[in-house]
Amino acid sequence: MDSLRKKLDKIKPHFEEGGKLSKLRSVFEGFEAFMFVSNKVTVKGSHIRDNIDLKRTMTVVIIALLPALLFGSYNTGLQHFRSVGTDPSILQAFWFGFLRILPLIIVSYVVGLGIEFIAAQIRGHEINEGFLVTGLLIPLIMPVDVPLWMLALGTAFAVILGKEVFGGTGMNVFNPALLARAFVFFSYPGWMTGDNVWTEGLMKGQNIIDGFSGATPLSMGASGDFAGLPSFMNMFIGTIPGSVGETSTIAILIGAFILIVTGMGSWKIIVSVFGGGLLMGLLLNAIAANPYMEIPFYYHFAMGGFAFGAVFMATDPVTASQTEKGKWIYGLLIGILSVLFRVLNPAYPEGVMLAILLMNMFSPLIDHFVIQSNIKRRLRRAVLAV
Amino acid sequence: MSGTISLKKGYNIPLKGKAEKKIAGECNPIRFGVKPVDFPGLIPKMEVKPGEKIKAGTPLFHDKNRPAIKFTSPVSGTVISVERGERRRILEVVIEKSGNAYVNFGKNDPASLSRGKIIEKLLLSGLWPAVRQRPYHVIANPEDNPKSIFIAGFDTSPLAPDYDFIMDNLPAEIFQTGISAISKLTGGKVNLVLEKKASKTPGKYNFNGVEVSYFSGPHPAGNVGIHIHHLDPVNKGEAVWFVNFQDVIAIGNLFAEGIYKPERVIALTGSEVSNPQYYKGLSGCSIAPIIRDNIMSWNLRYISGNVLTGTKINADGYLGYYDSQVTVIPEGDKYEFFGWVLPGADKLSFSRTFLSSFIPKKSFSPDTNFHGGKRAFVLTGQYEKVLPMDIYPMHLLKAIISGDIDLMENLGIYEVAEEDFALCEFICPSKIEIQSIIRNGLDLMIKEMS
Repeated sequence: MDSLRKKLDKIKPHFEEGGKLSKLRSVFEGFEAFMFVSNKVTVKGSHIRDNIDLKRTMTVVIIALLPALLFGSYNTGLQHFRSVGTDPSILQAFWFGFLRILPLIIVSYVVGLGIEFIAAQIRGHEINEGFLVTGLLIPLIMPVDVPLWMLALGTAFAVILGKEVFGGTGMNVFNPALLARAFVFFSYPGWMTGDNVWTEGLMKGQNIIDGFSGATPLSMGASGDFAGLPSFMNMFIGTIPGSVGETSTIAILIGAFILIVTGMGSWKIIVSVFGGGLLMGLLLNAIAANPYMEIPFYYHFAMGGFAFGAVFMATDPVTASQTEKGKWIYGLLIGILSVLFRVLNPAYPEGVMLAILLMNMFSPLIDHFVIQSNIKRRLRRAVLAV
Repeated sequence: MSGTISLKKGYNIPLKGKAEKKIAGECNPIRFGVKPVDFPGLIPKMEVKPGEKIKAGTPLFHDKNRPAIKFTSPVSGTVISVERGERRRILEVVIEKSGNAYVNFGKNDPASLSRGKIIEKLLLSGLWPAVRQRPYHVIANPEDNPKSIFIAGFDTSPLAPDYDFIMDNLPAEIFQTGISAISKLTGGKVNLVLEKKASKTPGKYNFNGVEVSYFSGPHPAGNVGIHIHHLDPVNKGEAVWFVNFQDVIAIGNLFAEGIYKPERVIALTGSEVSNPQYYKGLSGCSIAPIIRDNIMSWNLRYISGNVLTGTKINADGYLGYYDSQVTVIPEGDKYEFFGWVLPGADKLSFSRTFLSSFIPKKSFSPDTNFHGGKRAFVLTGQYEKVLPMDIYPMHLLKAIISGDIDLMENLGIYEVAEEDFALCEFICPSKIEIQSIIRNGLDLMIKEMS
């Protein structure tokens, strides 16, 4: 690696201020930092620093996303082959799906990272790692057939208006990946809802065999088709139509396990989102005014994006509540609202996206109340001491 | 009534190079240094010139804003030089030792002296700076009337000296003299905080006139700021003073012997020290004699103090005023190929994102590498894990960064110091310089409140 390091050191001056390639400074630094952990040493404060940095943090989250990505690839293939009436091998299905998802991932990263590089260059900052996760999340919460230009537009919207205008990674109010999805969802609803968008090929008018329905459990629920609902086990394993990465509850739970063990995702948020969904599900079961309210409460965990949202979206530390007490309230409300929106709002079959975006907006308010109680405690102590 | 408080939050960084409980000898250098930079916010005004002959206890400089506060020489000899840094800021006053002459401050029984006389004597002798205060973690204001005084009787910082061992090597009766002087300074209690352990060795100390409390838990459970927060928290307008354990002995010496003799039992620690052991010496002594022939490699970082809060010094640099520990670790000025992606079986981390967290391991010898680039605050809930205080660290830091005085006050700026946040800085994945931010906040408050 010494020779590579020497080459880098040799070309480095060109990219620095006044060098002939200084317009590409952020790009060079980004790649350099990607390959080599810098030789920078501590100057003031603590003389030693933890090995963890944001690159490591994001890497762990990406590893946690891999089970959902791998299963999503398999399931994309599986749904496609089912729709044309063939029975693929696991590898065949996986490979088919993987090749369909890969362009989504590439477009998402190229567009998002491109914007990040430009923003870093303009601001004179180092490149932030936040998009490494966002760039993978976006394809995982889209239908597989979403046109690439829509994906690019949604990504650009989320990164520029959702993140960079607020100051970049760490400063955004809304979860960028969900913002990308919301943008495409409201701008091109025909490509984001209905029974045809979830299975590869259907939107391109591909023939399907009789008896195949591309409907997701959520749209079945919204239209009252409870007889067609897949079994809980199928929904839990994830061999159902849906957004690329959201279908397999079990793959998502493996991701949750990784996040919780490494401490990179807040277990409080994950548990409380499920807790909120459980409470609302039980309440609806108790009221039971229509068939949708009557489905067993735990079905909600396996349907649609509930688990994916709880594990990978609600836990985004920047947009979630920042106080530990606040995290409980934040998660609980996301769970409650997700199920409430699903069952009682006829306009949108899925409620998780909007519930999380709504709570993103309210998380500073939750923190405000938590912090005020700390301030009051301190003031009361001062009064008592006098 | 003595309290026992067990703390859960915190982290003992597992480092190599703990000092063996043995006094290896004396640190007896020719040169000594007194460093104005050891005292945050101090603007020194010189009282001696290079070439002047001085005694132990002769004032070298004083505080420009509070001229009564003197800083004196720990030894007799000649002032060699006044080293200056950027903008002619005085970094250190260097003294070459010769002879054994002491300024005589007079022997007294502190019990027979008034509070004013005791303060006067501490100010003259150069021991007043040993008395510090919260809020702000600076030299105490002699005009204040503190509601209590704290002495930390143990240290949990990385590789910190073992206080039981140090206490065994210090004179208990002199400590008692120091206590009777210190107890005159407050109308309230003098609190001594000891570590709660399963088996307590019966020491030679009987700790008369102090309120003994016990704390247990990982670092920073031994920080005086944590003790104050839990036992007698500082509210707006109040002051609590604190003195290091070894300085109580120096204060005792001042009254018993009438001289300024800031003796220290010094722990020489760190992964690059061949024989980490204890030495006897004086505050301000050059570390050259104890380092010589006792280190294992080149390109090292010498630290007066511990790795979290200590000061970088040269291999022949001087022990800081408040320090009783020297740490030597490797410098980390080298690149690492794909360092952030490797499993990291040998990488030290508080987080559980490296393989090292899942294999039972001994101890680490980390270098001074920064391990990443500076970022905005991203992860939340991390600092809270290592700060055993009822304070919201990230929100306080943000209040300081935005200069919001009212909010800083509300969120507890009076109770904190950079050393309490040192672990937050160590574990921060965004590599934020938290201790500097805290100090900036404290400086801003001092300016606003004066």
